[in-house]
Amino acid sequence: MSDSRPDPAAFEALAMPLFDSLYNLAHWLTQSREDAEDLVQETFAKALKGFGSFQPGTNFRAWIFRILRNTFLTSRSGLAATATKLPLNEEGDESVLTPSPRTPETLLLEQLEADALQDAIAALPVQYREALLLADVEEMSYQEIADSVGIPIGTVMSRLSRARRTVREALQGKVRKQGAQK
Amino acid sequence: MTCELWETKIDAYVDGELALEEERALRDHMRSCPACSQDALGRIELKRAVHSAGKRYQPSDEFRARMARQVAAKPAGEGWAWMRGWRPRLAAVAVVLVAFGISILHVRSMQRQQVMLQIADLHASNLASANPVDVVSSDKHTVKPWFQGKLPFSFDLPELSGTQFELLGGRMVFVEREPAALLVYSIRKHKISVIVSMDRDGLEKLGSGETSVNSFHLETWSQRGLRYIVISDTSEQDVHVLAELFRKSAGS
Repeated sequence: MSDSRPDPAAFEALAMPLFDSLYNLAHWLTQSREDAEDLVQETFAKALKGFGSFQPGTNFRAWIFRILRNTFLTSRSGLAATATKLPLNEEGDESVLTPSPRTPETLLLEQLEADALQDAIAALPVQYREALLLADVEEMSYQEIADSVGIPIGTVMSRLSRARRTVREALQGKVRKQGAQK
Repeated sequence: MTCELWETKIDAYVDGELALEEERALRDHMRSCPACSQDALGRIELKRAVHSAGKRYQPSDEFRARMARQVAAKPAGEGWAWMRGWRPRLAAVAVVLVAFGISILHVRSMQRQQVMLQIADLHASNLASANPVDVVSSDKHTVKPWFQGKLPFSFDLPELSGTQFELLGGRMVFVEREPAALLVYSIRKHKISVIVSMDRDGLEKLGSGETSVNSFHLETWSQRGLRYIVISDTSEQDVHVLAELFRKSAGS
């Protein structure tokens, strides 16, 4: 006989390997240890409760990251973070992207302290930060990011492109500032 | 296509999201466009830097333990109920693990073959091009400095005096999204390509050894964090001798 109740052992086997990644993203999104712990705890509670509706064989990682994201969006810190409007042309419009400056990042990164990059990531609008971290830290495919965030692939690409350009410009700004101070 | 059109593809290339044909076309374009290849290198470096910098936050041990307890908690009286049927469950898990192991091995072998074909393709198409090298010189002291600032690593070229090998020059290429040095040597009437790159991601899958791909002889190994690939239509022995010269030079 099949049992439709959530199986905690199966959930544990799938969820715990993702615990560190979920916590890392939660801390990046909330920018606070306490809020990140609350967010991960609530995500796990919701995921365990809804685990019965999870279809085995589909992407568990995208499923639980989506729960984390939706939980964040409705939290106090999430509502505050998303209150900043993104550019109106954000949704998948590639044609408005201006060419990025061709300064070699290798040189930029060599000239800056390690935390300059982390500051630049932290300063991104939360939607761009999230796309960048899912792509570059979690190494998710565009499709997985689209599934986790609930946006079309075109929007994933446009957010990534903007996130990277903004980070690059922030780093260039820091190098210029450092040069002026010398 | 102009560079402006390629520019929108470079992020997808760096993310490994281009279709095979598009990826091949972009790689061909980058071989003749230093601006696009420099742009791709910069974006690869930034992606790697974000990968490291983005792993910033670790949960505390206390929080980890609390969550592990919460997730492991089972309704009263059911804690050990699953153990009653443990034999069939273990058997099922074992079957899944074995199948998983076999499929992983199969996928790895396919990926390795894919990278080998990419290298054979690079070797053949580069030699067929009008300008197989961007720095034309038989002097290793001219060729090596040419790569400075173009590649995120440094490497040594072997001394060829007393051998039949001749250095023809080099150029920068991309293999598995890794910026790499491609050096062209000749021996008698044959050309040999030597590819040197960081030993990361897809290239690590190559392992070490000698093989044949598309009738080319190929020898590859990893040494001091760098991946070396020697490929040619010349004899297996010639490939091995040049590989040995590189190994000695890198080890000295």
